[in-house]
Amino acid sequence: MFYIYCPHCEEHREEEEFHASGEAHIPRPLDPESCTDKEWGEYMFFRTNPRGIHHELWVHAIGCRKFFNITRDTQTYEIKEVYKIGEKPTITAASVTAAKEV
Amino acid sequence: MQKYSGFGLLKHALSHHENWQRVWRNPVPKKKYDVIIVGGGGHGLATAYYLAKVHGITNVAVLEKGYLGGGNTARNTTIVRSNYLWDESAKLYEHAMKLWEGLSQDLNYNVMFSQRGVLNLGHTLQDMRDIERRVNANRLNGIDGEVLDPQSIKEIVPMMDCSDKPRYPIMGASWQPRGGVARHDAVAWGYARAADALGVDLIQQCEVVDIIQEDGAATGVMTKTHGVISANRIGCVTAGNSGVMAAMAGFKLPLESHPLQALVSEPIKPILDTVVMSNHVHGYVSQSDKGDLVIGAGIDGYLGYGQRGGYHTIEHTVQAIVEMFPVFSRVRMNRQWGGIVDTCPDACPIISATPVENLFFNCGWGTGGFKATPGSGHVFAGTLAAGKATEMAEPFSMFRFHDGALIDEHGAAGVAH
Repeated sequence: MFYIYCPHCEEHREEEEFHASGEAHIPRPLDPESCTDKEWGEYMFFRTNPRGIHHELWVHAIGCRKFFNITRDTQTYEIKEVYKIGEKPTITAASVTAAKEV
Repeated sequence: MQKYSGFGLLKHALSHHENWQRVWRNPVPKKKYDVIIVGGGGHGLATAYYLAKVHGITNVAVLEKGYLGGGNTARNTTIVRSNYLWDESAKLYEHAMKLWEGLSQDLNYNVMFSQRGVLNLGHTLQDMRDIERRVNANRLNGIDGEVLDPQSIKEIVPMMDCSDKPRYPIMGASWQPRGGVARHDAVAWGYARAADALGVDLIQQCEVVDIIQEDGAATGVMTKTHGVISANRIGCVTAGNSGVMAAMAGFKLPLESHPLQALVSEPIKPILDTVVMSNHVHGYVSQSDKGDLVIGAGIDGYLGYGQRGGYHTIEHTVQAIVEMFPVFSRVRMNRQWGGIVDTCPDACPIISATPVENLFFNCGWGTGGFKATPGSGHVFAGTLAAGKATEMAEPFSMFRFHDGALIDEHGAAGVAH
């Protein structure tokens, strides 16, 4: 079970209070009406599904009920960082690969 | 291939069972094949077998990064049923069911397919409406099914608590008598042995690290241990790792990989001679021939490749089981594990051509792929042989997520996730 830091409550809480809401940083198309079926389908359904670093959206469902982002390794399950909506992750797949090569 | 029979068993007893032929060869891969199948689980091996048997394509390699049948094939709860709601999926799973019914004979390998019936319980009025709708749809599609009331359930499973005491009382169930269980490992081994006998090369510990393309067409794979192996067509049957394979080929799939857990109890005397599934409270249970209760949990909500999940997920399932079967409350659990399942947004598989020519994917079976193993292999073999989707595979194209023609089996088909 994960022990997750909620950046809004500023507390660590158990995983059962949270709900994973899938991949983060997928912007809704600004003008859905002008999307092709392919563009809309890609937005709705297609995901990177990586083995490794993944940025994902979580909601503190039975806490403050606010959304935030987690960067997590999907292989080791290690939570690398937690950041609020609108912020940019400091740890990415590219930064981890670069760190390994050094 | 040495044929297995009662007489053979007797004959080999005379030489103390020391002269049995090896079940399959361990060949060195050739430089080029007609078809390469990536992934040596049940579905991949079945695909190879039907390619050779039905379509006469025997210049085939199955590349497996670990050992044969060591992924989800070894980790599932072995339930087989075909009571799906929509015509497209009902056809596909019923196709598999018909193959199951003759599989042991076909493969000359006992897959221990046991049609002990599957119950899908309903706990709410809406559950019961869905069950009635689904059973009616099944019967129109020629699939056996009945709607049962709590009294009839009690006759089939006497120790189930069908009273109004549980938090979610059992209001009824759908019953598919032809459903049941099969021995998961035997399915992989049976297909492997039969495919090998037809000339298919099974290459174990051969991880694919890249898909080689020329002008938008796949021409082969780069492997970790055997370098480049070329092929006219490539079929990926890699379940939880399908997203990783797609990334190698340079496109995305509408999939997310999640851990799915299962557990077994200590072996106990025969007590449950059917399969009980509950979508609503989320628990399913059967008893293996060895005597252990085989229990399937739900998926963990997050994306994960770790073949393990959270204990609270198991706890939810075990709570449900104990509520349905109070008599199981003191049974001790023996082992628990996780597999990586590739879940599709509409809970239906993808058997499909891809944006890369000559590269095909069979994935997205999510939490319920085992039951479809023979059908999946049969249909995907047809797709690989023809170079385009066969009639049965057509609705399961990955491009249905572009045009919106989804086959929404979520909830509606007793799919327990």
